[in-house]
Amino acid sequence: MPLYLALICVGGLIGVSALPIYKRKSADLAEIMYRLCLGICALLFVAVIIPRGADALDLSLPLGLPWIGMRLHLDSLSAFFLAVVNLGGATASVYAIGYGAHVSNPVRVAAFYAAFLAGMNLVVLAADAYTFLVAWEFMSLASWALVLTHHHDAENRQAGYIYLLMASFGALALLMAFGVLGGVGGAYDFASIRESTKSSWEAGLVLALVLLGAGSKAGLAPLHVWLPLAHPAAPSHVSALMSGVMTKVAVYGFIRIVFDLLGPPAFWWSIEPMTFGAVSAVVAILFATLQSDLKKLLAYSTIENIGVIFIGLGLSLAFKANGMLVPAALAFSAALFHVFNHSLFKSLLFFGSGAVLTATGERNIERLGGLIHSMPKTAFLFLGGCFAISALPPLNGFVSEWLIFQAILLSPSMPQWILKLLVPAVGVALALSAALGASCYIRAYGVAFLGRPRSNEAREAKDVDQWSLGAMSFLLGLSLTAGLLPGFFIDTISPVAKAFIGGRMPAQNEVGWLSIAPVAESRSSYNGMLVFVLIVASAWAARWLIYKYWSGATRRAPAWDCGYVEPSTATQYTGSSFAQPIRRTLGVIAFSARERLDMPLPGETRAARFSVLIQDRIFNLLYLPIRSAVSYVSGRLNGLNFLSIQEYLALVFAALVLLLVGVAR
Amino acid sequence: MTIIFDLLAQLIQMALVLMLAPLLIGFVRKVKAHLLRRQGPPIIQPWRDLLRLLRKETVLAENASWFYRAAPYFIFATTWIAASLTPTFENGLMFSWAADLIAIIALLGSARFLLALAGMDVGTSFGGIGSSREAMFGSLAEPATIMIVFTVSLVAGSTQLSEIASYMLGDAQLRVSVGMALIGLLIVAIAENGRVPVDNPATHLELTMVHEAMVLEYSGRHLALIELASALKLLLYVSLIGCVFFPWGMAPHGASVAEMATGGATYILKLAVAGVLLALFETSTAKMRVFRVPDFLGVALMLGLLATLLVFVTRSL
Repeated sequence: MPLYLALICVGGLIGVSALPIYKRKSADLAEIMYRLCLGICALLFVAVIIPRGADALDLSLPLGLPWIGMRLHLDSLSAFFLAVVNLGGATASVYAIGYGAHVSNPVRVAAFYAAFLAGMNLVVLAADAYTFLVAWEFMSLASWALVLTHHHDAENRQAGYIYLLMASFGALALLMAFGVLGGVGGAYDFASIRESTKSSWEAGLVLALVLLGAGSKAGLAPLHVWLPLAHPAAPSHVSALMSGVMTKVAVYGFIRIVFDLLGPPAFWWSIEPMTFGAVSAVVAILFATLQSDLKKLLAYSTIENIGVIFIGLGLSLAFKANGMLVPAALAFSAALFHVFNHSLFKSLLFFGSGAVLTATGERNIERLGGLIHSMPKTAFLFLGGCFAISALPPLNGFVSEWLIFQAILLSPSMPQWILKLLVPAVGVALALSAALGASCYIRAYGVAFLGRPRSNEAREAKDVDQWSLGAMSFLLGLSLTAGLLPGFFIDTISPVAKAFIGGRMPAQNEVGWLSIAPVAESRSSYNGMLVFVLIVASAWAARWLIYKYWSGATRRAPAWDCGYVEPSTATQYTGSSFAQPIRRTLGVIAFSARERLDMPLPGETRAARFSVLIQDRIFNLLYLPIRSAVSYVSGRLNGLNFLSIQEYLALVFAALVLLLVGVAR
Repeated sequence: MTIIFDLLAQLIQMALVLMLAPLLIGFVRKVKAHLLRRQGPPIIQPWRDLLRLLRKETVLAENASWFYRAAPYFIFATTWIAASLTPTFENGLMFSWAADLIAIIALLGSARFLLALAGMDVGTSFGGIGSSREAMFGSLAEPATIMIVFTVSLVAGSTQLSEIASYMLGDAQLRVSVGMALIGLLIVAIAENGRVPVDNPATHLELTMVHEAMVLEYSGRHLALIELASALKLLLYVSLIGCVFFPWGMAPHGASVAEMATGGATYILKLAVAGVLLALFETSTAKMRVFRVPDFLGVALMLGLLATLLVFVTRSL
């Protein structure tokens, strides 16, 4: 039944996106469309989180390619990702009801938005390669159209172009992966792929192709270059969906193929996801720390979180290959829990950045500041999001990273030497990225929301509409719940782990006092609720005691600042000055960051200039050679455009002869 | 009955750390003064300062926000809870299951997050400089701490501090990796608490300052809470090192009152030893330049990583 419902909902979403064709003239059409999306997503979310008896549901539709049809399938993994997609979709729709009106050409955005949601839902439901790829491309193209919302801006057109390029490249890689999986027989439905056996080189090839295909969509370094350009270019509710949800659909693709279709894993499968995950996490968060564009910063931090998720998945593969099913389930659940958590707080933060953008028209944190006075509600909610994403207790980001740390601590018993050396390095990367993440968000929040306003727009900003605030509050509430009652969420995920790993974590509802104990209570346990209650109670008690027995007197006075405060707000610490220590210590290694100071000589009247040069080494090493190779080859082949008819015919004839010789052999 | 007794032990621990933390600061100052042939203020001077601050009127900067006013309470509460979950005189306290070693480190991270943000709230350049440097130190010190935690937990087979302490008391052998972890943790403790050579807690308005720059605009009760929190943090690191590497004398869970008293006495002895060593170290070194600190912390990170690798590699042998 949920599968039929899901299908009807996908149809409904496509219908919503077609609505502008019939009701072109309606004034608040966009808002109606967002309301419809909200209703559909909420319905589907509720339908998939209701526990069901039967584990998996199948459906075959007579659509698409002849003799293949369109197979759909709903199992625990699809249900989990459907829940993530539709929760994100529902909250983004609530937000968009308020925010959507500020976007240029709102109806067009709403139409592609609904189609985008439909595509993501369909990817998760697909049960054959054809449906999967069509839905995948549908999702990519709809989001590409959304990236081009502000297409008058040359920068956005460039972002859209790179996105389209990388998306087609990723889809091509996935197409080839399915080609290898399907084999010469061409059995493209998931059930027969699952049953066929793969040789180890085939598995390796598929793994590499999936990492290229799903990894590029998820934003795994070094295929991440499009993500920090494309995600911020879209309207904020779409950015939230792309960062919070679409990257998760890519993770779903990886899990579906590697954990499900590819058969029992070998230990070396884990090396690639872990390595790329660790590199992505550290490099991306360093980039995020140096960004001054708020939405770009959030996009880079998405790459970091995807890295964390892939570290968890890689660990899970390694454990599973060694037959350690409980640790494998732990790492897998941690990765899925982080998928859920990241979808919550990343949506929240993008909504917040959208609210700032609406209120001030500014994405550059260097021109913001003091928003906590002008937009107190948004400031509070954004602070919660920053706290959650920085992996700090008692919010939810901490719990999933803590679970991954616990999984790492179980790994020394794996026999392979390479894993023994790799896993500690991955652990360092994870710890470093968590700590840098906190610095990154201290900087983002401190510069944009605290301090004194750096522009008139920031000074005169107003809190945004109730819908946007409602969506953000809801997400913050969920983040807090997931942080305080993680056991409940882990238990919800455990059927997925049971189905795809074969083992499961100990049931957390049997651990007393709402604690979580991933392996055994004597090994490790954490109780977010107790920590939260103790902190709030002692903070309150401290306040009460001080006001009762000592002094509650307060006086406002000018800031001291060791003398007097320079009235110009430009004397505050800016984002780039905040990042300077990190840029000097780590940035020099990672990005060959250079600082150049151009000081006028005494007597000269020109101003001194200070500039910072940051280079993306991955881009320079990997993409620039490809770009120059492509332009070299296309330059050479350019001559083929201007041949005479005889020469063309000769070319065609030569090609034909070559082909015939090839076939005849 | 046992529950009441357990709860009592936990409450005693909470009161004990709160009481002892400023005294430890006072003791270190006293020893440093003696090393410099000075008399030095009495050991309870930090407590007197705190109480005086609490009685005073709080002067807030004109554009300080609600966050600025709320942060000190949460910084204090978070640090206090983290310090009360670290075993001191008795092992296996009632709430010790609420947070393992990783969570305790992360709680300190939460306090740092709030403090660094609070430093940026008024919008002065001193606050920013402090927060920025704190963020850099934190981003290197935290991974180093996590690697040290990994080493210790892998050796002891648990991330629970109580379990680690009882393992170390029981069948622990002398290991190179644990020694490396100890040195790493000492470095981290010095950096995290802003002691010489990373930061100088005794000075104001030195261009290299970190912690003092962040709290520059704070006064009255807010300043008292932040000072108390930083004292608690120093105490926490001393108890952490004591509990993991020198757990002798600690009373086991459910011990008799006499054993607890012995545990308390040894704990105070440990604090005194740590205080003397810290004072000796601080008087014998000079403060380093701020951009040398990453090298200093890098040593801790590398030691932690090496120790973890060593544990990983020797596990199968």
